[in-house]
Amino acid sequence: MITVSPVVYQALTCRQEMPAGVNRKIVVGTPAAIFFHHSKSLKNRNFRPKIFKINCLEPTNIKDPEYFHKVVDCQYACPAHTPVPEYIRLIAAERYSDAYMVNWESNVFPGILGRTCDRPCEPACRRGRVEKEPVAICRLKRVAADFKGEVVSRMPSAPETGNGKRIALVGAGPASLTVARDLAPLGYEIDLYDEQPLGGGMMRSQIPAFRLPEEVLNEEVGYVLGIGGISTHFKTYVHSLKDLLESGYDAVFVGTGAPRGKDLSGLPGRKEIQANIHIGIEWLANVAFNHVDKIGKKVLVLGGGNTAMDCCRTSRRLGGTDVKVVVRSPFDEMKASPWEIEDAQHEDIPFFNLHNPKAFVHENGKLRGMLFEKVAAQYDDQGKRSLVPTGEPDIFFEADDVIIAIGQENAFPWIEKDLGLEFDKWGMPLVDKITFGSTLPRVFFGGDAAFGPKNVITAVAQGHQAAVSIDLFCNGEDLYNRPDPLTNLVTQKMGIHEWSYDSTVVTDLRYKVPHASKSETLTNRKKEVELGFDDLLAFKEAQRCLNCDVQTVFTAERCIECDACADICPTSCITFTHNGEEEDLRGRLNAPAQLLSQDLYVSSPLATKRVMVKDENVCLHCGLCAERCPTAAWDMQRFLYNTAKAGTPCHV
Amino acid sequence: MTYVKPAFRHPEAAKNKLGYTRKEYEGALSTLCAGCGHDSISAAIVQGIFELSIPPHRVAKLSGIGCSSKTPTYFLGNSHGFNSVHGRMPSVATGAYLANKDLIYLGVSGDGDSASIGMGQFVHAIRRNLNMVYIVMNNGCYGLTKGQDSATADPGSINKSGHTNLFETIDMAGMALELGASFVARSFSGDKEQLIPLIKAAVSFPGFAFIDVISPCVTFNNNKGSTKSYDYVRDHLETVAELDFVPLAEEITSDIASGESGRITMHDGTYLQINKLALDWDPTDRISSLTKIHRSRMNQEVVTGLLYYEAERKNLHDILNTVDTPLNALEYYELCPGNSVLQTINAELR
Repeated sequence: MITVSPVVYQALTCRQEMPAGVNRKIVVGTPAAIFFHHSKSLKNRNFRPKIFKINCLEPTNIKDPEYFHKVVDCQYACPAHTPVPEYIRLIAAERYSDAYMVNWESNVFPGILGRTCDRPCEPACRRGRVEKEPVAICRLKRVAADFKGEVVSRMPSAPETGNGKRIALVGAGPASLTVARDLAPLGYEIDLYDEQPLGGGMMRSQIPAFRLPEEVLNEEVGYVLGIGGISTHFKTYVHSLKDLLESGYDAVFVGTGAPRGKDLSGLPGRKEIQANIHIGIEWLANVAFNHVDKIGKKVLVLGGGNTAMDCCRTSRRLGGTDVKVVVRSPFDEMKASPWEIEDAQHEDIPFFNLHNPKAFVHENGKLRGMLFEKVAAQYDDQGKRSLVPTGEPDIFFEADDVIIAIGQENAFPWIEKDLGLEFDKWGMPLVDKITFGSTLPRVFFGGDAAFGPKNVITAVAQGHQAAVSIDLFCNGEDLYNRPDPLTNLVTQKMGIHEWSYDSTVVTDLRYKVPHASKSETLTNRKKEVELGFDDLLAFKEAQRCLNCDVQTVFTAERCIECDACADICPTSCITFTHNGEEEDLRGRLNAPAQLLSQDLYVSSPLATKRVMVKDENVCLHCGLCAERCPTAAWDMQRFLYNTAKAGTPCHV
Repeated sequence: MTYVKPAFRHPEAAKNKLGYTRKEYEGALSTLCAGCGHDSISAAIVQGIFELSIPPHRVAKLSGIGCSSKTPTYFLGNSHGFNSVHGRMPSVATGAYLANKDLIYLGVSGDGDSASIGMGQFVHAIRRNLNMVYIVMNNGCYGLTKGQDSATADPGSINKSGHTNLFETIDMAGMALELGASFVARSFSGDKEQLIPLIKAAVSFPGFAFIDVISPCVTFNNNKGSTKSYDYVRDHLETVAELDFVPLAEEITSDIASGESGRITMHDGTYLQINKLALDWDPTDRISSLTKIHRSRMNQEVVTGLLYYEAERKNLHDILNTVDTPLNALEYYELCPGNSVLQTINAELR
């Protein structure tokens, strides 16, 4: 039991009534008693608490690059850690080529990703926490690609004499191309194998041209192949890893994706009917390579992911007039990106959720349609979902064609089982999450081939890491001694109250990307639906960015505790108070700090023994704290964080 | 340079009983020097009025001239305001208060505005016991004219250019007490946890409530040797009491030994919870308070807190025995009841 002197106890308990939402909960009697009284550490105190034990937070170590990295929510959420605010500022300054190169260095495919990325950055965007919608980061990336000038001269090229190491890349998708991009300039001799006639992997075979024009894809694949030192072996299916290893490669990278679409083999009628039932990704590939150019009028697309969205929208362009998407899961739980669903709905495609496929209905060897059982979603205590039949009569939908887009799997029939490369019980290779190495020293994995289907940006990020590993491996170095990120922290101060970034926080709501008319897009499958932002819209959207990479940097030694920063902060992020345990501190800041994923920035003790605590959560990075600081204890400093690529010297 | 404060606020910002967030009580972005103590006082006013859940249109801000008198622009942007002539804020306040006794009057002044040019106005506002809050943002110098010593600068205090003040100081709180003010407090702009409850108590008080707030001038009077700098005030602060403003019906559950705490019940049943620290002082005894102020000054201490409180004194409208309806709300026929009533009155005087 902790004893606290009566005066302190009173200070602890006699707080005035606070308006709703202000939490001033004070814990007395726990092992870590909190010394908290509401006047400062003043000289003439004539009391002392009997026990004075506080488990205070340590001052934040801002020298750790990950601290400020985490503040840049978009960049932190991006698997490749692209410096998003950096390129958004360049776009606002009409420096499109520079913006493109910031992207290209980090994610290799700015034009492709600017149209097709899964955008993990956008749900993370700080703006989404202070108003309705995040910045349209993805579509701004496209702006950089659309409006850039000549960029080839800025790209690296392979040295005239190589380093004598040979690398084989299996699969020419985003992961392999990233490895090639990172290793070719270092002098590696690279052989790139793919069964398709052109590079790009799933970006070419699975993403329809109305979302990703072929020219954009060819251009960006071309940038990588143009570096030099990369020999392409297209239309070449690698049948044996053993043969590949025996041909003397120093390392082999497997970036073969998740090439096998799931089927409904067990469903009645499936065996009898082969024609007019398609596997989603195979069918999309056939469309992409012009093997298929039409489909029946009535089309059923099974599945609720992005592949299903691409299938139904492609069907609308190949003659499908009555295209339905039928999904087992509830609408809100569909895996497709919300904007893909929206675009499909815009093309008059209805969704039938909570319909479980029961049988293919056929007559005289010809598909007539499908039977569905209606189900309801039920959740147990753990929130685990089960789909329970409702008992309603089954539903029959007529169909000329059915496209099954219910997921895809990995397949490695070309990897011999006796090479020492181990697989788990699901047939996935055992891959190290840091090095992307397999159990066979020379063989590395990345992209969907490593950990199952994800997305392009994840494949790129993994490609970078695999390239780092391959480079370390070929130099005989420790794969776990990874190079540090390249960081830079530079003041933005231009004058007494002037910043070299645009600190004004605009209130504009998210701008919509203009679309081409439906009559145009539905008649030409290669006509791109999204037109992209023009320069003016791009500028306006770019201004919505809060510049979260311009960090609020606090120097405790300079602070005179005048409260100016805490008073001016629009979102009440800053508090001067006595230190305490994190949970306690979070409860007694000027505004509640209940989003635990967002860090508290804690200073070293100030003259009054208090500390400055800043909740990073909804900081607008407006710079007002620094503008109102009389001693420059606050400064706005631009933080650049670039993930180390292959060839960066390692920290020793 | 930022001229407009960003519009976004914390999405979970606290709301008061009216459903307003602090944003509804804020004003324009300050143009005072960065780090000015006055901005902290503005923030304390915003917080205090917000916590009291007073509708902003019920408050009238009044000021004179000076850095301090600019501040009403920077708080309570939705309230009434009158930025008057140098030192004349008390006259304007008197007129406004006479015309409409229903508003809450918040007068803001500085040491130049009240202790020099407006001294004559200041003393009479106290004598008449206007029902208002009178805050002096006291930085001991004329900040607006580059930091000359003001009448509240302590003798021996050194200003930024190295000049030592040769003259005696005017202690605004002591003077207010001497003139019969019934609510006298002193605070420090860097101590909001004391200042906010004081402002709330002053606003709730039914008479003249005076708060002398030491408010360092970061630009001209925050140097070594100054007795109004952040460092000096923090080092010499003596708090008469830890206090908290406790609104009506607030339970106090702790059991505190007598002698260590006191409670002052206010006119409407709310009370000030006071944790006594200075044993030689009784906040309801004017002589004890005056002694405390003088002794602290002798000891070179800056005494802060609620120094004196007297609930019973009549305010101006009580003294004048005016009608309950604010005068500005009286109808024409009530103010000018006609010739026959005039004749009656005249007859009484003959």
